[in-house]
Amino acid sequence: MNSTHAALQHELDQQSFWKGLSSFDWLWAIIVVLGTGYAYTRYASLMDGYEKGILVSTGASLIALGWNWKEIRALSLVVFLLSIFAISRYVHGLADAETDFFLRFLVSSQSAIMWMSALYVLATVTYFIAFFARSEFSGKVASAMTWSATTMGLVGLMVRWRETYLVGLDVGHIPVSNLYEVFILFSIITALLYLFYERRYQTRVLGGFVLLVISAAVAFLLWYAFDRDAAGIQPLVPALQSYWMKIHVPANFIGYGAFALAAMVAVAYFVRENAEHKASGGIAMTLPALDILDDLMYKSIALGFAFFTLATILGALWAAEAWGGYWSWDPKETWALIVWLNYAAWLHMRLTKGWRGKPMAAWAIVGLFVTLFAFLGVNMFLSGLHSYGEL
Amino acid sequence: MNNQSNTSTAPPLSRTSALLLKFLGSMNLAITLLVALSIAAIIGTVLQQNQPYTDYIIKFGPFWFEVFKQIGLYDVYSSAWFLFILFFLVLSTSTCIYRNAPNMLHEMREYRQNIQLKTLENYLNTNSWLLTQPIEDIQHVVQKILPHNGYSARLKDDGSYVLISGMKGGASRLGYILTHLAIVLICIGGLMDGNAILKAREMLGQVVPETKNIAASDVPQISRLGINNQSFRGSVSIPEGRQTDVLFLNYKDGYLVQELPFSVEVKDFRIEHYESGQPKSFESDLVVYDDRLNQPLEKTISVNHPLIYDGYSIYQASFSDGGSKLEMLAWPLMGVNKQPQKVTTKVGDEFQMNISNEPWILESSNFRLFNINPSENPDKQFENSGPSVQFKMRNKMGEAKEYLNYMVPVERDGAYYYLSGVRASPAEEFRYLYLPVDDKGGLGRFMAYLQALGDEQLLQKIVAEQNFMGSNLPTKETAELNEAMVNVVGLFLKNGMSGVLEQVEKNAPADKLEEVSGLYVRVLQQMLGAVYVDVLIKEGVDVSNVGVDEEKAEFFDAAAAAIGAMTRYGSPVYFQLSSFVHHQASGLQIAKAPGKNLVYPGCAMLILGVFLMFYAPQQRLWAWIEQTDEGVKLVLAGHAIRNKLDFSKQFKKIQAQFERVLNG
Repeated sequence: MNSTHAALQHELDQQSFWKGLSSFDWLWAIIVVLGTGYAYTRYASLMDGYEKGILVSTGASLIALGWNWKEIRALSLVVFLLSIFAISRYVHGLADAETDFFLRFLVSSQSAIMWMSALYVLATVTYFIAFFARSEFSGKVASAMTWSATTMGLVGLMVRWRETYLVGLDVGHIPVSNLYEVFILFSIITALLYLFYERRYQTRVLGGFVLLVISAAVAFLLWYAFDRDAAGIQPLVPALQSYWMKIHVPANFIGYGAFALAAMVAVAYFVRENAEHKASGGIAMTLPALDILDDLMYKSIALGFAFFTLATILGALWAAEAWGGYWSWDPKETWALIVWLNYAAWLHMRLTKGWRGKPMAAWAIVGLFVTLFAFLGVNMFLSGLHSYGEL
Repeated sequence: MNNQSNTSTAPPLSRTSALLLKFLGSMNLAITLLVALSIAAIIGTVLQQNQPYTDYIIKFGPFWFEVFKQIGLYDVYSSAWFLFILFFLVLSTSTCIYRNAPNMLHEMREYRQNIQLKTLENYLNTNSWLLTQPIEDIQHVVQKILPHNGYSARLKDDGSYVLISGMKGGASRLGYILTHLAIVLICIGGLMDGNAILKAREMLGQVVPETKNIAASDVPQISRLGINNQSFRGSVSIPEGRQTDVLFLNYKDGYLVQELPFSVEVKDFRIEHYESGQPKSFESDLVVYDDRLNQPLEKTISVNHPLIYDGYSIYQASFSDGGSKLEMLAWPLMGVNKQPQKVTTKVGDEFQMNISNEPWILESSNFRLFNINPSENPDKQFENSGPSVQFKMRNKMGEAKEYLNYMVPVERDGAYYYLSGVRASPAEEFRYLYLPVDDKGGLGRFMAYLQALGDEQLLQKIVAEQNFMGSNLPTKETAELNEAMVNVVGLFLKNGMSGVLEQVEKNAPADKLEEVSGLYVRVLQQMLGAVYVDVLIKEGVDVSNVGVDEEKAEFFDAAAAAIGAMTRYGSPVYFQLSSFVHHQASGLQIAKAPGKNLVYPGCAMLILGVFLMFYAPQQRLWAWIEQTDEGVKLVLAGHAIRNKLDFSKQFKKIQAQFERVLNG
C-alpha cells in the first residue's frame, strides 16, 4: 500500500505544470519580463493605454510561447541581439545602410530581407533534396535554413521598424502597413507554423511542400520590391495611424499563414493518396500517414479560422473608429467574410458531417485561392477603402 | 448545426412542425445558406455598388440597366433577396441552437455514469489491469490521477463495481452555443443598422429620395428623416465657422435629409503634412450645441478619433473647399490695348462676365492650398507646386471647358512658367499651357507680346521698317507682300502653326509645297521675332548692341509655343490667381448604430466560442473497478468526439501513469 501511495505521490509531483518548469524556463521568463519592463519604463510616456496593453500581453505571450516551444527562445534572443546590433550601427542616419559594412551586407532591413528570401528558397530546394534522397542530414540542413531565414526576416522587420523612425520621428510605425511588409510577415508566420508542426510530428518531409508557398511569396516580394519599387518606407496615411494595426494585421496573417499551411498539407495528402492508390510505394510513402495529414490539415484550418475570426472582428472594431461603421461592405471586408464563410463551411462539414480525406483536401486547396484573392486579388482588381497595397 | 444528438429534449411537436424544424436546423440548409451568402457577397464586390445610376446606364445600356436595377444589383447588400438569405441564416442558426443547446448543456454536466463495461472494453482507447492492491487504494489512485490530468471525476458505487467517470473540456459545448448565438446576435444587430427599415418605409411610400440638387432647407418633408430614426450613416460638409443640424444619406439615385437633435459647428479644420508632403492628419475642432447641454461641448476629432455624443458618432471623413475667396486677374487673350480686369469671386459661386461683348460665366469649383506631386528631383520624393484654382468657363451656348490654374510659377528646365491646365470633360486629363514668366516675375511681357501680335497697325509698321525682302521690289508688290506677312501672323494667332501650314497647302502648287511652306515659316519666325524685339524695346530693354540674350531667346521660344497652342485653349481670358482667403470645409460622417450593442457582445462571444470549441475539446475517461476471483479488475477507457489522434496520445500517457503507479 505504501509503495502505491509513494508511486502516486511521485507521479503527481512529476507531472505538475508549475513544478515541471525547469530553471531555464524561469530564466526565460525573467529575461522577457526584464526586457518588457525596460521597454515599458523607457517608452511608456510615448504610448497610449492600448499600446501599453499590447506590449504587456506580447511579453506574456512570448513567455508562454517559449515555455511550450523551446526553440522560440533561441530565435527571440538571436533576433534581439542581431536587431540591437543593427540599430547600433545606424549612427548618422539612414545613409549608413549604404556605407556601413554590416548594415550593407547583413542586417539593414533590406539586406536582412534579401537574406531571408535567399534562405527560404534554398531551404525549399534542400527540403525537396532531403525528401527525394531520403537524406536525414539534408532535412536537418533545410530546417536550419528555415530557422535562419525566419531569423533574418524577423531581424529585417525589427530593423525596418527602427528605420521608419530614422526617416522621421513622426513617420515611425510598425512595419506591417503595406503589401511589401505584410508579405514578409506572411512568409515568417507560415514558416513558424510549419516549424512548430515539424517538431510536433517529428517529420521534415512536408517542408518542401509548405516552403513552396513561402517561395512563391518571396518571388512576389522580390518582383514587388524591384519592379514596382515598393520597398521604400512611406509615412502612414491618417487612417492607419492606430494601435489597432499592431493587432489586426498580425492576427490576420496567422490566419492566412495557417490556411496556406493547410493547403500545402492537402497537396501532400494528394501525393500520398495517389501513391497509396497505385500501391507503388516509393518516396511518396515516406510522407506521414493519411490520417495524420488529415488531422494536421484540420488543426491548421482550425487555428487559421480562430485567428481569422479574431482578426476580422478586430478589423471591424477598427473600421468603426476610422471609417465610421463596423461594417461597410467594402470589398476587402466582403472578401474576408467570404473566406470566413468558406472555412466555416469546411469546418462544419468535417466536424458535424464527418467528411474526411480527398474532398476536404481539395477544398482546403480551393480555400487557399479564395484566401489569396482576399489577400491580393482585392487589391489588384477591386477598389475600396482598404487599398493600402496597390499593385 | 449538429447532427450527433438524436434525442431531442424539446417538447413534442406536430409532424409538420417537426419536419419544418428538422429542415430549418439541417446541416444542408446551413451549408447552402453559407454558400449562397458567399456568392451574393461576391456579386457585390465585382459590380461596384451604389454608383450614380448614369454610370450604370453607360455600362449596361438601358435594357440591362433596368433588369439589374429590378433585381437590386446596385445595392446587393440591402436588396430584398440578400436580406432574405440573411433572415434564413438567422432562422436556421436559431433552430440549431434550439434543437441542440439543451442537449449540449446537459452533456456538459453529464458524466455518463450508466455506461456498461462492454462499451468501455469496446472503445478504441481502453486498457485493463488485474491488480493485487486493495480496491480502496485503486479507487484513490484513480481519483487522484484523473483530476491531475484535468478531468473532473464522479464516483458511482454500484455495490458490485465502482465506476469513476471523468470529463474535461465541457466548455467546448459552451463554445458551440456561444458561436451560434453570436451569429444570430451579429446578424440581427447588423440588420438593425442596415437600411432594411428605410427600405421598407420607402416601399410603403413614407419616404422618397430627393434627386435634385437643392438646399437642405428646401428638401420636402417626404425626403426627410426625423430624429426618431434610430440607425443611419450619413455625411455632411461643413465650411469652417458654420454649423449644421442635418446630414445627407445617399440613397439610390438621390439622397435623404437626416435631422439631428443637436447642431455641430466646425470651428477650424486643419491638415498637417509630413516633411515629404503627404498628409499626416486631418483634424476638426467641433462644437456641439444642444439644449440639453449646460454649455456647448467642444472637442477636436481626427481620423481614428471620433466624437461619441448621445449615441451619435461623429467622424472625420473628408474635406473640401468651403468657399475660399479668390481674387484673380483676367488677362484678355484677344484684342489690343486691353488691361487685365480684376475679378473677385468665391469657390462654389458663379461670376457673370462680359468679354468682347459676349456673356461668359466663371464657375469656380475648387481651390487647393497645396499640390503635392511626385518630384522629378531625385533627392525629393514630392514637391509642392503651391495653390491652384479649378474652374469652368461657360459660353453663351452653355458649353464649358474646365481649367486648373496654378498661382505660383513652376520651374521647368531652369525657366519659370505659369501653368494652366485645360480639359473638355472630367474624363480627360488636363493638358497644360506653359506661359513664360518675365524678368519681373509676371505675365506683363507675355501679354504685351500677345497683344502686339494682334495689333495690325503695329505689325504693318514693323513690316515697313524691317523691309525683310530688300528694297528693290516695286512699291505695289512690296505692299502686297507686307500685307501677306501681316496676314500670316494673324493666321498664326488664330489657328496656330497648323493653321499657317494648312493655308500654304491650300494655295501653293503641289510641286513647290515644301519650298513655299519653308518660306512661310521663315517669314513667320522673322515677324514673331521682330515684334518681340519691338516689345522688348518698349519695355525699355536695350537690344542695340548685344541683341537678345539667351534667357530672352528662351522666353521668345516659349511664348511663341504658348501662343501657337492657345488656339485650343477655349477661354477668351487667362485667370491669374493673385490672392485668396482660404476657407475649408470639413466632411463629417455622423452615424447612429444601436445594433452594435448586439454586434459587439456577439463578436466577443464568437471569439470566445471559437477558441473554446477548438482548444477545449470534450474528452471522457472511465475507470471501472471490480472485485473478481483473480484480483481487482481495473478497466480504463476513454472517448473523445474530436481530435481523436491527440486524445489517443493523451490516453496512452495516462495509461502509462497508471502503469507506473500500480505496477511500477
